[in-house]
Amino acid sequence: MKYIEPHAHMVSRVTDDYVKITMAGCQAICEPAFWAGFDRSSVQGFFDYFCQLTEHEPKRAGKFGLPHFCWLCINPKEAEDVKLAEEVIAIIPKFLDGPNVLGIGEIGLNKNSRNELKVLELHVDLAAGHDQLILVHTPHLEDKLKGTRLIVDVLKNDKRIRPERVIIDHVEEHTIKLVLDSGMWAGMTLYPESKCTPARAIDMVEMYGNERLWMNSACDWGVSDPLAVPKTALEMKKRGHAVDAIEKLVLQNPTRFLSQCPKFKLG
Amino acid sequence: MTRQQVLDLYFMDARSKLIDLAAFIDRVERSQGKEDFRMAAFRAALAPLNHDAPEKARQVLLAFSDPNPEPIAAATTKAACGAWPGST
Repeated sequence: MKYIEPHAHMVSRVTDDYVKITMAGCQAICEPAFWAGFDRSSVQGFFDYFCQLTEHEPKRAGKFGLPHFCWLCINPKEAEDVKLAEEVIAIIPKFLDGPNVLGIGEIGLNKNSRNELKVLELHVDLAAGHDQLILVHTPHLEDKLKGTRLIVDVLKNDKRIRPERVIIDHVEEHTIKLVLDSGMWAGMTLYPESKCTPARAIDMVEMYGNERLWMNSACDWGVSDPLAVPKTALEMKKRGHAVDAIEKLVLQNPTRFLSQCPKFKLG
Repeated sequence: MTRQQVLDLYFMDARSKLIDLAAFIDRVERSQGKEDFRMAAFRAALAPLNHDAPEKARQVLLAFSDPNPEPIAAATTKAACGAWPGST
């Protein structure tokens, strides 16, 4: 089945994963900027990372005929250092005209601190000033509910932000309604140990509809599965969902959201 | 799906996970020392499972969540531990 992987951290995956996802029907892959598992020591480290996302990784994906897109930011896990964050945010505009850059992301909160909130507001201002799409990371586990509330408030309070141009990722059963009621899109992340299982993601589709919703693997250097989206499509089939309904969720919905950036094109 | 179809598709998986949960609690209770806030939250999260109220997954997630609306003063760690310690 054709699908889009709208959230994957391919810089930390092996090339065999490109083979697997291409064979599974992936039509495009989108890579938000994220934490490397360690804190980068300077703005130069981010400059190199942004070059990797905008120059090297698209070539790597291109070897498999796979369009590669990316989002740029300093991840919330590195946002406690506001000075570094300001330096990183200052270099992002140099990359925004890149042919594979879709917007600002994945921004958001991690531990819901005041500094993280300040850096989130700087990112939102950057996105609004450059008319960029926004992809939001919501915190993990016990911090998710509070963080999602704070994030939605920041976005709603900035009147320049159009909710239909924002996707808030990693929703679960206690945050999905809050996001959808705000008019923004919601992303469900399919992880083996945290966030959503395929069965729970489909439960949410059945409970809340499939209008402003996508699914992603968010595969990275941790425990994650780059084939989580097609596996969930199979689970939907087992539950009796129509092929058209599955295709809407895994192909048409991400295409509809991402096409708000004119640079997003399928191969 | 009908209730029968849901049971046919998911009962064995849920049964297996329930036994894993029971074995986890047995393991904790066999071990030495005191439980911490995570186990207290875990036990609180079990409570809604045997009630008739809907949205049990949401209720479990809420039982583990930080209910406070205000941001914390500073992030002193990057990791989440799975349950709100009750002090932020």
